[in-house]
Amino acid sequence: MATEQKGVRLEHVSKIYQDPKTKKDFYAVHDANVNIEPGSFVTLLGPSGCGKTTILRMIAGFESPDEGEIYLGDEPINELTPNKRDTAMVFQSYALLPHYNIFDNVAYGLKLRNMDKEIIREKVIRILGLVGLEGMEARMTNQLSGGQQQRVALARALVIEPGVLLFDEPLSNLDAKLRVDMRNEIRRIQQEAGITAIYVTHDQSEAMAMSDEIIIMKKGLVAQIGDPHTVYYKPADEFVADFIGESNFLRGNLTAKDGASGVVTVEGNSIEVSSVDDDVSVGDTCSLVLRPEAAVLADEGVLPAKVILSRFMGHYQNYHVMVGDTLIKITDFNPKNHKIYDVGDDAFVAFTKDDVHILPTTGEKTA
Amino acid sequence: MARSRSAELDRKKLFADPILIGTIVVLIAFLTLFILYPLAVLMVDSFITEEGPTLSIFQRVLAMPNFRTAIANTLKVGFLVGVLSTLVGLLFAYVEEYVQLKTKVMDGLFKVVSMLPVVSPPFVLSLSVIMLFGRAGIITRHLLGIPDNNVYGFWGITLVQTLTFFPVCYMMFKGLLKNIDPSLEEAARDMGASRWKVFTSVTFPLILPGLGNAFLVTFIESIADFANPMIIGGSYDTLATSIYLQITGAYDKDGAAAMAVVLLVITLIMFVVQKYVLEARSTATLTGKASRARMLITDNSVRIPLATICLLIAIFVVGMYICVPFGALFKTWGRDFTLTTKWFEQIFTRQQGFKAFQDSFILSLIASPITALLSMIISYLVVKRNFKSKGFIEAVSMLAMAVPGTVLGVGYIRGFSGGLFGSGILQGLYGTGIILVIVFIVRSLPTGTRSGISALRQIDKSIEESAYDMGANSFEVFMTVTLPLIKDSFLSGLVTAFVRSITAISAIILLVTPRYLLITVRINELAEKGAYGSACAFATILIIITYGAVLLMNFFIKRFGTSRAFVEEED
Ligand SMILES: Nc1ncnc2c1ncn2[C@@H]1O[C@H](COP(=O)(O)OP(=O)(O)OP(=O)(O)O)[C@@H](O)[C@H]1O
Ligand SMILES: [Mg+2]
Repeated sequence: MATEQKGVRLEHVSKIYQDPKTKKDFYAVHDANVNIEPGSFVTLLGPSGCGKTTILRMIAGFESPDEGEIYLGDEPINELTPNKRDTAMVFQSYALLPHYNIFDNVAYGLKLRNMDKEIIREKVIRILGLVGLEGMEARMTNQLSGGQQQRVALARALVIEPGVLLFDEPLSNLDAKLRVDMRNEIRRIQQEAGITAIYVTHDQSEAMAMSDEIIIMKKGLVAQIGDPHTVYYKPADEFVADFIGESNFLRGNLTAKDGASGVVTVEGNSIEVSSVDDDVSVGDTCSLVLRPEAAVLADEGVLPAKVILSRFMGHYQNYHVMVGDTLIKITDFNPKNHKIYDVGDDAFVAFTKDDVHILPTTGEKTA
Repeated sequence: MARSRSAELDRKKLFADPILIGTIVVLIAFLTLFILYPLAVLMVDSFITEEGPTLSIFQRVLAMPNFRTAIANTLKVGFLVGVLSTLVGLLFAYVEEYVQLKTKVMDGLFKVVSMLPVVSPPFVLSLSVIMLFGRAGIITRHLLGIPDNNVYGFWGITLVQTLTFFPVCYMMFKGLLKNIDPSLEEAARDMGASRWKVFTSVTFPLILPGLGNAFLVTFIESIADFANPMIIGGSYDTLATSIYLQITGAYDKDGAAAMAVVLLVITLIMFVVQKYVLEARSTATLTGKASRARMLITDNSVRIPLATICLLIAIFVVGMYICVPFGALFKTWGRDFTLTTKWFEQIFTRQQGFKAFQDSFILSLIASPITALLSMIISYLVVKRNFKSKGFIEAVSMLAMAVPGTVLGVGYIRGFSGGLFGSGILQGLYGTGIILVIVFIVRSLPTGTRSGISALRQIDKSIEESAYDMGANSFEVFMTVTLPLIKDSFLSGLVTAFVRSITAISAIILLVTPRYLLITVRINELAEKGAYGSACAFATILIIITYGAVLLMNFFIKRFGTSRAFVEEED
């Protein structure tokens, strides 16, 4: 539907704000390099205050970058005002125009483009059908539920057929059930319309479920860019590993390396691994990232451990075990026919070489 | 690390919007020319003579015993009026918010009392005080048998100004008290504190900065007031009247300029303290919206005395206003109480009443939409846009609030009678209706801007951003989103500007030429001559006009207030 799918490129983009309390300048976004493919769905994910909204608002044109250049397609857009940019934003607060009814809200952008009345009517009706609001044209915005307002905001952005759709935590005001429905809906409509979408959230399951690519941010810096699989299984650093899902970190030493494979020594045990980060060389201290659901407790395995917590949670058994001085959390799913270990038992943490990822040690303690 | 790059880009984006830039330039020019420039001229006039910079004019003016007395008088009256208005205003607000009084009569009275000073010309109370308590006063002469009561002077001004300004305090305190969380007070009651103890230990400390704020606001109003001291001051001169006499009686323009600077400096200092120290603090102490309704006081030992005092004051105020139409209906006030329409007839047959109403009406009607639109534009720029000269625009339009009308009037005389800086440029403006309209605009701009700003602050900024994002430029956003959303504020700004303009006198009396007859100026003349019948007839009609305007506004706000589809606009 979009006249032309457009990619978005950020080259060395930084934004500096002044802290209102200390009056000191700080980087809200620092040296962001991002290349978003036309037609893809990309999420900006990160903890509160890491600069997601700032990036989005720079793309929309509400904020100007202090360094770097932003491209929409091949066109540098730094100097364009928001109304001249081929973007449409869906706001967290929906930001519907309260003095217009639904039809006029959706038609607003089209009217500004001086389109023919009949064409406007046609387009609006069609889009309202797409978002499931047919027949509600005459309602005022305050007569809508949160989910319906959300759809109007989406329809309003879609109808002007922008090159890029921007979403700033559009679902955060909705209840959990509606959130899941709406995220599937948004994804479906985006794919149907074939529009590039940039989506800000701090809900990682939302990011996982919707994205072609996830951009993970940390304090203004881009920590990792990758598809959901990559960021989950090959996190770029301990921050990402910890932020996406849950992770155990075991300190170790890389003793051998051959491509991505290698051998790590942890607490005197040699462990074979198949996924070593490029930045780790033989002799380096490193972190072994182990997902709680990737390990099991067994009578024999890779690392000897002592159980200090064992709790039945219904669909899984929750263990805390000590490997040397390190606490490891293990979730054993569907434990009905598994052996259950009790507090004080000795056991082994078992996993395969493909279940762990080796990162350089950052020195920061994230676990 | 520098933010210069984003600032530069923001500037470029701003310049990509010619309408916005044009508006900003025009605004800055307007504010500079009609607010800053006249004040600057006053400074220049009073500090610089042909021989160069000097303090001699100030020395001369300050050496005049009359002027020194006037300063003392002004401050004395201002102080007392400030205290009294604050107390009476607080009493009314407390009774309204804390005491169980639910009767229609009381509600109505409170509403009327808060509304009357808004719709009535500034000197109406002076007229009625003279008619009630003056030499021929109904109360003093006929009821009490005092033939020669002197209401002119200190007590007269104080009484009239207190009655005129306490409703302002009442409205301020009403807002403050409403926002006090009742659970704070209930907690104290629970621990055994008496009502009085709760008031002194909880309520009072919470509104203390508000008290200071209200005091200063009325202090400034009192100091700046021209009309009441003019009519009821007698030989008791205040700064505003001294300046007027210096220019109209003594033709001493430099002296008047220096006096105006003195008055300006006093009000500016108060204004800065009020605005930047007290105003912020008076709201900061309050948490926000009250969580639930307050248990009203039903105890008769509290209720009856408080309610009685309020009732008496309210009846007194209303009585004063009722005096005015009767003043126009009695044959000879104080002697012959037969009803007659002769005064009403006379103002049209002998006093050129028709032309006066026409001139006042037309000039105000021209000024009010411009004022309302300007103040909405300024509020929009101040609240919603970011650009370098924004601070300037905000500061100057708020500054106008602190400038007494008399000072502005002298500034205009000095600044425009010989053209800009005496060069002859724009000299054509002086003496025309245009300059009167401009004065009306400047005098009403701050109130309009203030209400616009608070209305706009309520609107989530993303609503306008979304309109931008859809492709609207600043002008389209303002017209299709901002203005419709603050329609009520715009409408009330329109009416307030109209009412303020048609009842204005302090600056205008210095600038009006015989080409224009203005009602307020006429009333002032007639009152000075002691022609109270005609003065009251003028004032009555004027009150009817302004009250009608307010009724019309309320009707429109009710009928067409917020959130209706923009069908009208589409076609
Ligand atoms: N106008 C501003 N002035 C100063 N600092 C700002 C401004 N806007 C944002 N910031 C700061 O910039 C940083 C990044 O803000 P941003 O809104 O981009 O965070 P976010 O990642 O969207 O967070 P959240 O998930 O809470 O929405 C924060 O520290 C924020 O306080
Ligand atoms: Mg955000």
